Parts: sequence; structure tokens; C-alpha cells
Amino acid sequence: MSTVPEPDEATRTWWDATRDRRLVVQTCGSCGHAQHPPRTLCTGCGRTDALGHHDSAGTGLVDACTVVMRAPDAEHEAPYVVARIRLPEGVVLLSNVVTDDPQAVRIGDPVTVSWRPLDDGRALPIFRPAFTPQEK
Amino acid sequence: MTVAIVGAAECDLGSTGLSILGLQTQAITRALADAGLSLSDVDGIATTSVARFSATSLAEHLGIQPAWTDSTFAGGSAYEMFVARAAQAIEAGQCHTVVISFASNQRSAKSRSLGGVYEAHTPEAQFEQPYGPLYPASYYAMAAGQYLHKYTAAREDLAEVAVAAREWALLNPQAFRYDAGPLTVDDVLGAKPLSTPLTVADCCLVTDGGGAIVLTSLERARDLPKPPVLVLGYGESTTNASMTAVDDLTVTGAVASGAAAFARAGLTPADVDVAQLYDSFTITVLLSLEALGFCAPGEAGDLVRSRSLPLNTSGGGLSYCHPGQLGVLLLVEAVRQLRGECGDRQVAGAEVALAHGTGGILSTHATVLLGVDR
Repeated sequence: MSTVPEPDEATRTWWDATRDRRLVVQTCGSCGHAQHPPRTLCTGCGRTDALGHHDSAGTGLVDACTVVMRAPDAEHEAPYVVARIRLPEGVVLLSNVVTDDPQAVRIGDPVTVSWRPLDDGRALPIFRPAFTPQEK
Repeated sequence: MTVAIVGAAECDLGSTGLSILGLQTQAITRALADAGLSLSDVDGIATTSVARFSATSLAEHLGIQPAWTDSTFAGGSAYEMFVARAAQAIEAGQCHTVVISFASNQRSAKSRSLGGVYEAHTPEAQFEQPYGPLYPASYYAMAAGQYLHKYTAAREDLAEVAVAAREWALLNPQAFRYDAGPLTVDDVLGAKPLSTPLTVADCCLVTDGGGAIVLTSLERARDLPKPPVLVLGYGESTTNASMTAVDDLTVTGAVASGAAAFARAGLTPADVDVAQLYDSFTITVLLSLEALGFCAPGEAGDLVRSRSLPLNTSGGGLSYCHPGQLGVLLLVEAVRQLRGECGDRQVAGAEVALAHGTGGILSTHATVLLGVDR
């Protein structure tokens, strides 16, 4: 559902950045490990006191994708693309690839971040193809 | 190993109109009758999906106060995990006779939803469910997409899994699709698309059903009416809760669970006469066959097409029964094959059976190897 729960202490920084339409990645200042979703410990080294957030370039590659043909609820209208987006910062996000031609989205396609506003000022990061259909 | 399965049974399957506890009671009393035991012999219970306190509620319903329980919630693989836990508890002397059971009335109760269960406090509610994935179907669909991309396997390789499952179901009077006639690759490809590349014919059934097995020490098992089925080995692996944690969707936790089970049993895939692999989706079977070592990566389609490995001989979740968690019914079918009770679908001379459970979104994996008493 598009109703997104309130952030908690682990995810507030990440969601607050979306108010400025910034996509950030949680990164450990001690070991350099990047992780998603944000947590209160680093899964790379176990430290709980060295986590920060860095801006993502906002680009990525489609790692896996599917076109949902039957929506699970009234908030979504099929068909639409659900995809794993691999960011160069080293994490994978689940998102939508928004395009006029859902069936044309392929693994390896380059995408760029875009935003779907939420009622409370936050925004959901979504992705659009980084090339025009002619280029493909 | 010194533990054996001595009883196995299904409850009513399909569309029953019965309650969860009513179906559980059917499965348990039938399995105990099969074992030649009674409820007063049972001092261990493992189950899920009865209530928040699943084993507790079931024990009270049965009127027993067990010395050992387990309600580990790991989706469809929990029942293979329970075999390991029960064997350990019996070997350690904490209890002597364990019933592992499951039942669901999800078809009658219309309790299944395409988007899965929503838990507002989970990371998935913040970071995944807003995008509208079907749970679990869209994750398996993405895994199927990666599989087809990585190996240039054919879409038909997925469909063949459903075709093969139907062939077995036509031999099993208990199967939901027993009277449905054969399925073709074109039928699967032409079925309604759900989450590409998967159609509804790549997805397991939604039915009521369940089953139970009874375990005790091998020493005691040899005095009971049915031939004991030995627990030869087991292993498990838990890999992910979210859709983004696993790096490569085509490599599952079955690699680790299978390797552990085979090592414990001192067996290899070549020793397995009949395999029951959780077929939540067609892709699940291809990934599990490769992960368990029955063939090389990318070659599972050819293996299924060859029909050289008797696989999901009940008809599986795709054509026999899928009550939300198939795990216990994989064990029931494995036991029956090793006892030679399977009638038209009996695999001649089966002495070693493998049951492999998969839960969640390729989240939990548990492998059990069973064998005849030689």
C-alpha cells in the first residue's frame, strides 16, 4: 500500500532526506559498509556508533524486475513494474520503474531516481528509464 | 541417527468448510492410528498457524501437556526444521513421541491475500510494500526473470515443472487436480499472467489441507505396526526477510541446507530415489534442484524434462494441495513412498527420499533425508 508508516529512530534520517528529494544510503564511518534499509547497527562490522548517511548519485541499474498484472490493493493500478534497483553506492532498493512501456523494462537497464510525493511531505523514490525508447 | 517416522497422514484436502483445529485433529488422529499409537503416547508437539501460541493452543485442544513443543515460524520449511528439532529432542531424552502437524482452511475461509500480510512495524512496510509487490509471487517472479536472463534458459523450462506435477496428480486420487486432465506447456504459457514472467499456472494452488507425522526412537519404532522410516540427515539455512537482501536470486539457501543434510546422512544426490521439493512456484523447483546438487546451474529444465528423477509424486503444491505451507505434506508423501504405499504413483524400490521445504520469499530452506530401515 502507498500509505507509508511513520519512520522510526533507524529510518528517520533516510525519510527526512526525501523531503528534500535527496536519496541517501546509510554507510558505516568505521568500515565503509553501505546497507539498506537503515538499521541501528552496521551489518559489516557490528558497530552501533559509526553509522551515517551519504547522498546517492540517484542512478542505478535494474537488477531484477517483474510486471505486476494484478494489483494487490486499490492503491495500485496494474500493470506496473516492481524492480530491484542496484545503486553504485553498493545497495539494492525495491522500487517501481515508471514508464509507458512496462513490458520493455529489462535487467541491466540504467535508471534514474524520481519522486512520488506522500501526503506528509515525504516522498517515495521511484525510478525512470535513463534513456529514451529510441536510444534503446 | 536413531529416530524414525512411524505415522503419517493427511487431513481432508481441497475445500472442506472445516476449522483449523478440526483439520488438525483429523491429521493427528489419523497419523497416530497409522502409527498404532494414541494421544496419551504424545509428549511433544510441533506446529504453526494455529494461533499466536500455536503449539500451546493445539496441545490444550488435544488435552495433553507436552514436555517439548516447537512453533518456529519459518513458513513452508518449518516442518522440515521440526524434523531436525524433534530428532534432537528425542535423542536427548526430553521427549519420546513427537507429532508434527499443520492444517489450514485458507480456501474455505478465503484468508489469502495477493499482497501478503501487512505488519506496519517491519522494514518491509516502509521500504517495500509501498511499491505494490505481490507477496510472495513478485519475488519469485523476479528470481525467475534473473534465472532466464542468467542462463538463457527458456520460459518453457518453468512451464515444464507444472506439466510434470500434473502428470503425477493424475495418478493421485487425493490431488486437487486429479480429474483436471493433462496440462501442456502452452496451457501454462497461455494462462493469466500474474507477475511476469509467471502466470497463474506457475503458482501453487490455494486449498485447505494439512497433515501430520509421528516420530519416536528407532528402537521403539521397530515394535510398531508400520515399517519405520529413518531420519538420515537434515540441514537448514535462513537467508532473508526482505526482497533486497540476497545478492543473486538464483542461488538459494538450499545450497547450504542440502549440503548439511547430505553430509549428515553420508549420502549424495545420486543416492536419492524420490524427491519432494516445495513447489510454491515453478521457479522454486528449478532453483532447488540446482542448489541441492541434482544438476548443474542452468540445467534443471533439462532434468525435469527428462523425468529421470521422480519429483513431487503427489502432484505437489502445483496440482495436489497447497494449504499455505506445504512442508508437512512433503514429508507425508516421502514416508508413503518409502513404505511402498503410493499405488499408481509408487516409485518402485524407493529406499532414500529427500524432502525440501522453502518458506517465505526464498527466505528459509530446510532439507530432510529419509530412508528405509535396512
